[in-house]
Amino acid sequence: MTAEIKFYQTGTFTVGNRLLAPELHSVQASIERSNSLNSGHRACQGCGEALGARYAVDAAMRATSNRLIACNATGCLEVFSTPYPETSWQLPWIHSLFGNAAAVGTGIAAALKVKGKTDVRVIAQGGDGGTTDIGFGCLSGMFERNDDVLYICYDNEAYMNTGVQRSSATPPAARTATTMAVGPRPGASFGQGKNLPLIAMAHRIPYVATATVADLHDLEAKVDTAMRVRGARYLHVLVPCPLGWGSASHDTIRLARLARETGLFPVFEAEHGEVTAVTHIRRRVSVLEYLRPQRRFAHLFGTPGHPEMLARIQEEADRNIRRFGLLDASEA
Amino acid sequence: MLRQIEGSRAVAQAVALCRPEVICAYPISPQTHIVEALGEAVKSGALSPCEFINVESEFSAMSVAIGASAAGARAYTATASQGLLFMAEAVYNASGLGLPIVMTVANRAIGAPINIWNDHSDSMSQRDCGWLQLFAENNQEALDLHIQAFKLGEELSMPVMVCMDGFILTHATERVDMPAQPEVDAFLPPYEPRQVLDPSEPVSIGAMVGPEAFMEVRYLAHAKQTMALERIPQIAEEFARRFGRSSGGLVRAYRCEDAETIVVALGSVLGTLKDAADELRDGGLRVGVLGIQSFRPFPLAAVRAALHGAKRVVVLEKSFSVGLGGIVSTDVRVALSGLTLHGYTVIAGLGGRAITKASLVRTLTEAIADRLAPLTFMDLDWRIVERQLQREAATRRSGPVAENLLRDVGPVASKVR
Amino acid sequence: MLQVRIHGRGGQGVVTAAEMLSVAAFEQGRYAQAFPSFGSERTGAPVVAFCRIDERDIRLREPIIAPDVLIVQDPTLLYQVDVFQGLKPDGFVLINSKRSFDELGLGDIALRYRRERLISLPATEIALKHLGRPLPNAVLLGGFAALSGLIRLEAVAHAIRDRFAGKLARDNVAAATAAFEYVNRRVQELAHAQTN
Repeated sequence: MTAEIKFYQTGTFTVGNRLLAPELHSVQASIERSNSLNSGHRACQGCGEALGARYAVDAAMRATSNRLIACNATGCLEVFSTPYPETSWQLPWIHSLFGNAAAVGTGIAAALKVKGKTDVRVIAQGGDGGTTDIGFGCLSGMFERNDDVLYICYDNEAYMNTGVQRSSATPPAARTATTMAVGPRPGASFGQGKNLPLIAMAHRIPYVATATVADLHDLEAKVDTAMRVRGARYLHVLVPCPLGWGSASHDTIRLARLARETGLFPVFEAEHGEVTAVTHIRRRVSVLEYLRPQRRFAHLFGTPGHPEMLARIQEEADRNIRRFGLLDASEA
Repeated sequence: MLRQIEGSRAVAQAVALCRPEVICAYPISPQTHIVEALGEAVKSGALSPCEFINVESEFSAMSVAIGASAAGARAYTATASQGLLFMAEAVYNASGLGLPIVMTVANRAIGAPINIWNDHSDSMSQRDCGWLQLFAENNQEALDLHIQAFKLGEELSMPVMVCMDGFILTHATERVDMPAQPEVDAFLPPYEPRQVLDPSEPVSIGAMVGPEAFMEVRYLAHAKQTMALERIPQIAEEFARRFGRSSGGLVRAYRCEDAETIVVALGSVLGTLKDAADELRDGGLRVGVLGIQSFRPFPLAAVRAALHGAKRVVVLEKSFSVGLGGIVSTDVRVALSGLTLHGYTVIAGLGGRAITKASLVRTLTEAIADRLAPLTFMDLDWRIVERQLQREAATRRSGPVAENLLRDVGPVASKVR
Repeated sequence: MLQVRIHGRGGQGVVTAAEMLSVAAFEQGRYAQAFPSFGSERTGAPVVAFCRIDERDIRLREPIIAPDVLIVQDPTLLYQVDVFQGLKPDGFVLINSKRSFDELGLGDIALRYRRERLISLPATEIALKHLGRPLPNAVLLGGFAALSGLIRLEAVAHAIRDRFAGKLARDNVAAATAAFEYVNRRVQELAHAQTN
């Protein structure tokens, strides 16, 4: 009689698992990893973006045998990684403007192509602001032309570096500096915002995926898959921000996991506009568990709080679960 | 080889001869023919190896050029008017990073009101960003300046704008001498970058610089332009030796040696000015014309040297600074600081209004008789201006200005000029 | 310097006509400058194009206010635009029309100029016959060559072949040649009529 045993990565302390075959170890588990975002940068304690970028870029470096160029939009990652006169980056890296990372990536890819350097690849990085708002035009252009760039969006759901102002990625009801928790409908408005992964899919580019910093293996695998493909690729990574979300700095990975487990952040892959794989929710939880540890949602709780808004957020999660089939048969 | 072709095509062919590696441009009148011709050359394989990117905005165009140049490729783009403004942030970024991109600006007015015709307001709006700005007098010079621009920009690691009057030059078919590929190759070597994104030698480009070093970084851009003041004439001289004709340089003087009155201008109007000067000379008046080819860096010493013997300087420009007056004339005044002479600013040709030899002769005659106001708007229709001012004085809800004026002007399609 | 002004409507190849004329002049070793008046482009809207021809480099850049030659590609413009504005007293006029100057209502205007230099040419009809399309621009250049004697027909043919390819070029050259012969005959008729 055999029983299926599942091993799960838990907590924040292990990046390798000695029960795994060596070839299944994560990139982070190896001392050979490029460490492209070197220590010494000025990110906040518990910064999800610093973690996500380190995971993603190291994975991309391994996938390309360290033949990689990165361009970066203005934002937290760019600012904390290059405080004059230092830089944390150990790969060729350029920061141009807030809204043009995708276009700069296009330019680098074109230069490499014309010079016949087909082994050198390009990633473009930006936060949600630089991707869904001010960088939207350039991104869509890059998608439409199918330029050979992997664009990675580190989504912390607001313009964090400038003081937590809302972006079109800010979730409904969240408090930000420009969607304050005041008035009859406190926080960000329901019905606004853009779903960049779906928009990327609408361009029918070769590969679109979402990931979080809670699943290292999943994130690395997706970067690896992306780098095996040529053309426009998009990776959307949820990266909690303790400062902007009002959460404890040790809760970053846990909150990322809860975002997936509630259904609020669907984790999936798509190719040429069709969903090809989803990560199922292992143990479904109510959105309340995810929202409660974040002070940006504090106004929804208490007496009287906003039970109707909490209900609407739960509906969003339910809708995602239905739409993407996030519960497998055993959990449904 | 002598050709009779449209200015845009001449520029496209000259750019192609410079072996650009990445061309990325967004169409805007009146630059479209340049980009179309280059696109066709790349697609047919005539221009190869070269990547032609159909970008989705001008902001994207300059950004793609930035990425390409930073990765070591010779990058080119072109724009005008609204497009130049739309990419303004990236324009400053390119010069701030020291990337030797070459860009054609087919000079066109900036709206509102929307206007597709020629004046210099677009490139003037970017005169402070660090890009070198060269102005072409005719299509021969336009094509020659692009060849010089790649050489100049790459040597200094600074981007260069080649300005040519939209429609007046871009859409004029005239005789040009097109160089041959070997000649251009001998003049312009392959691009050797000062900084490059290369996995074998990683560097970080575009870091934040605080108060501790920002002034120094910006000063270096100024220092490069100061070096350019020497290199531009040298490059023009080398060009003359190799290609057999004079093109570019800092300034070009026409009949200025003994001139009492000198007119200063940029771009295609210089041709008409020379005809006007000849007519005035025939009438016994000592008139000269000074063309400025390099607007940035502004050749203070050369301008001063050319003008200091004159009694009277008239700056004729297709640009103006609302609330002050002339732009070029303000720069010229800096060059003339300390000298005693009569200075006049004549603003003409805004939004494509034709500058005729007759008007120039009349205006210069007034200047010579010292009957001209210090600031003049040549051929302005004061009647319709007064009507509008009266309208506004009479009622609050006076309506959109442009539409009111156009109604007063009447139908234009039936007019010949 | 010879200054030519061409009037027509958007879509009739007015700008191309000016360019081809400049190429023809270049072919004959002259300097030439051709450019459009830059009105908003719209099929059917009045369009003006200019061409200057000279033995030396042309520095002047302004619309042609006092043309030596007037070519009118669309006679309906006669009632809308003052095409004769500035025309020199000994100027040449070539109008694309089956009708004579008198029939066009231009009898009075014609008195101001030299009668043997004013020709109506049915360019659209000639174009339809040789090209199958009502594009009179190259045709009119052939007619102009005959009218003024300032441009050779061979140069016009060269300019046509420079701009068009294959059958289109051949047909345009044939049409321009037909126009050349037509105008030559008309000029001779006018000369006879004047001496009589």
